[in-house]
Amino acid sequence: MTAGETKPAESARSIAWARRRQAAGRVWREFATDRGGLIGLIVLAIIVLLAVLAPVLTNEADLNVTTTELPPRDPPSADAWLGTDRNGVSVLLLIWWGARVSLLIGFSAALLSVFIGTAVGILAAHFGGWPSTILMRLTDFFLVLPTLVLAIALAAVLPRGLGTIVLAIGVASWPTTARLVRAQTLTIEARPYIERSRALGAGHAHLIGKHVLPAVLPLVFANTTLVVANSIIAESTLSFLGVGDPSRPSWGGILQAAFSSGAATQGAWWYLLPPGIGIVIVVLCFTLCGRALETVLNPRLRGQG
Amino acid sequence: MSEVLTGAERKLDADDGGGGARGAGLVRFLLGKLGGALLSLAMVVVLGFLLFRMIPGDPVVTMTKGRPVSAEQLAELRERLGVDKPMWQQFIDYILGLFRGDLGTSYIFQRPVADLILERLWPTLLLVGVATALAIMLGLWFGIRAAWRRGSGFDKLSTGTALTLWSMPQFWMGLLLLIAFSGAFPSGGMRYPDTPPDFLSQSLDVAYHLVLPCLTLTAALYAQYLLVMRSSLLEEMNSEYLTTARAKGLRDDLVRRRHAVPNALLPTVTLVFLQFGMVLNGAVAVETVFSWPGLGLLTYEALSGPDLPVLQSTFLVLAAAVIFMNVLAELLYRILDPRVRAT
Repeated sequence: MTAGETKPAESARSIAWARRRQAAGRVWREFATDRGGLIGLIVLAIIVLLAVLAPVLTNEADLNVTTTELPPRDPPSADAWLGTDRNGVSVLLLIWWGARVSLLIGFSAALLSVFIGTAVGILAAHFGGWPSTILMRLTDFFLVLPTLVLAIALAAVLPRGLGTIVLAIGVASWPTTARLVRAQTLTIEARPYIERSRALGAGHAHLIGKHVLPAVLPLVFANTTLVVANSIIAESTLSFLGVGDPSRPSWGGILQAAFSSGAATQGAWWYLLPPGIGIVIVVLCFTLCGRALETVLNPRLRGQG
Repeated sequence: MSEVLTGAERKLDADDGGGGARGAGLVRFLLGKLGGALLSLAMVVVLGFLLFRMIPGDPVVTMTKGRPVSAEQLAELRERLGVDKPMWQQFIDYILGLFRGDLGTSYIFQRPVADLILERLWPTLLLVGVATALAIMLGLWFGIRAAWRRGSGFDKLSTGTALTLWSMPQFWMGLLLLIAFSGAFPSGGMRYPDTPPDFLSQSLDVAYHLVLPCLTLTAALYAQYLLVMRSSLLEEMNSEYLTTARAKGLRDDLVRRRHAVPNALLPTVTLVFLQFGMVLNGAVAVETVFSWPGLGLLTYEALSGPDLPVLQSTFLVLAAAVIFMNVLAELLYRILDPRVRAT
């Protein structure tokens, strides 16, 4: 604000950017004081990095079930630190590559879900009237439907594949975001600067793009981290129920293969524990980050922790 | 977690109340809620139809995949299943069938779907009922104590445990219990075939089989009740009436039990009903792991076909159950909270 007063030559755009940078810095400093959120972020960064670098750090050919020389379903040994699966492939290698699928689907499904939710939420709040009534009716309807059951139905009727799972989770899980975004948009649109902008002749696109969206995005961002966590759990459950892509097993797909080959009743713990622990760690990290971000961005929650 | 919380608040905020005479308000409220529920139900029915008819590919071809069938056989099968008629006629047949309780015939089981559903309904009700009751008791007990001693070691431990359990896929939790206890408890099914047919031994047998699935579902569900109870009690704890109660010289224990908890219970109780969809999600996963012969396992078995009539019907039944629970939640909130009733 002071920058604008002392240097009137500066353009409105650069002032706005300076303010945004400042705000981002403030959010980061507050986020960094939350130990849980920081730990979550660091662990996530390491896992994502490892997953991305899997083709460099490991040999993909070792995943091939026809050329493996390890004995099937062998407990952990020097050759395979986490034992082998039913085909004699190292479990460590499996979850390393499975992380790529799980994270990819988790992120994509969350993005789709948040995109639908944000669009519906902003449109419903901005336009009001009967379009809003219809959109909110639709949101309430999807909010009520049991997510997993809807996703199962979608995955059952669409061709198998990663895209289907992303679509099923995205379509089933957007309503919470829509309600959140709608509430936030309503409070923002009630502020005087929106009225001023409207009086100066701003159209719908300008109002939404320049004023509403930037104000809503931080909250959407915090919400996304929580949605990713839910999407990863949903993906693992869907894969476990057998609607995943068997050629590219995610963590849930590995567990499905383990379960259907009787690993649970035969006590093959090394086959069942690691993929699940992977899911729990990633989900916990996302939840920690999301909660920390929410606390920073939503002052109402501060001090409740 | 806050997602769950705000979900409950948001749903309840929608309660506009209106004003005017109390009796008229109540009637209007009831009609509005029931109308909304009926509309949702109608949308589920339509969605169920569209979802399972608009699929790419011919269901008859999918059904007979891998088997040598002649063109006449395919045509006959199409006629028997009614998929040769135009879409609008199929829709009318489907609606009329629903009113008659006719949900079609299962591809896999070769039996009426309605019979299958009725048969599988009771195991699910038993599992979900017992697990939810246990989860509520556990969640409230831990949630109240965690909030009351906020920041203590007990609070950190119980909230941390709850968050971790909440981050686990429910089916994986089931697999863990299966590894740990498969010797002590049966690993699947609902009863042994050789149990004597008298009521007592049958019940004991079912209870014995229920232990592991029920434990899994309880562990998966209690976390959300704990976290909601904790945060809603934390909100109450800043209230002035608690200071008054303490100033009157009431014991800490009484302040908590008589004053704080009843008020904080409201959001939690309604949440139990609002989050029923999550309970069903859990049931599908847990029933699959433990081969518990309920609707969840039926859905899983139908997926391998895919047995579309069965999937369509389980979708209808489960969604209808959730809608019903949501109406109950709205009514219950109205009954429990005098402030809402008065408006």
